[in-house]
Amino acid sequence: MIRAFVQAEPIDLADALAGVEASGAGGVASFTGIVRNDDGVSALTLEHYPGMTEAALKAVAREAQGRWNLLAITIIHRVGTMYPGDRIVFVAAAAAHREPALAACAFAIDRLKTGAPFWKREQRGDAVRWVEPRAADDAAATRWDDG
Amino acid sequence: MATTNPVVTMLYFAWVREAIGRGEEQVALPPDVDTAAALIDWLAQRSAGHATAFADRSRLRIAIDQVMVEPDAPIGGAREIAIFPPVTGG
Repeated sequence: MIRAFVQAEPIDLADALAGVEASGAGGVASFTGIVRNDDGVSALTLEHYPGMTEAALKAVAREAQGRWNLLAITIIHRVGTMYPGDRIVFVAAAAAHREPALAACAFAIDRLKTGAPFWKREQRGDAVRWVEPRAADDAAATRWDDG
Repeated sequence: MATTNPVVTMLYFAWVREAIGRGEEQVALPPDVDTAAALIDWLAQRSAGHATAFADRSRLRIAIDQVMVEPDAPIGGAREIAIFPPVTGG
């Protein structure tokens, strides 16, 4: 079962995990991304490309499911304005055993960083700036290319 | 017989949108604008905001009908073309 979507509302972990745990899997791995309080970031706003975003999330989920024979995968990404401590992204993968669940989870979050049309804007007090892409994120995403 | 230039919806996101001052516009493509790179060259002449947004081509990404493409990609019969910075989600 694939669930992959964007939402403005806070991410409810219990609800998000329930879907993958109900799949009959022996292992569920999950990753939660949290807004950091880096250098005094007071707010983070996520812009996205409606329509393309949902398709990109589903494509990542489908690829992960196919590569690791997952029983279920859930990807939830928030958009709009968030604050330090808020959940920004959630990925969970369910498989018969732990290894594919953990690998699929790492794959999905790496691919989201570079393949899904989201843009982060950080606010520090009155100063606002768009977050620049990181070379480390590109490297993390491409390490799966030959796998 | 006169032919009508194809009209495409342009979408802009993040600082590209801010520099241009709008997130969407309809443009009629001249026949010689046949690749994503040629489109950016042509759009850059529309206003000072467009010129600023497209000043550094290496910082731009393009999606044709919601599929990411390289700059040399043909536009073909595209209906929606988006130009935006590298993505920073997750």
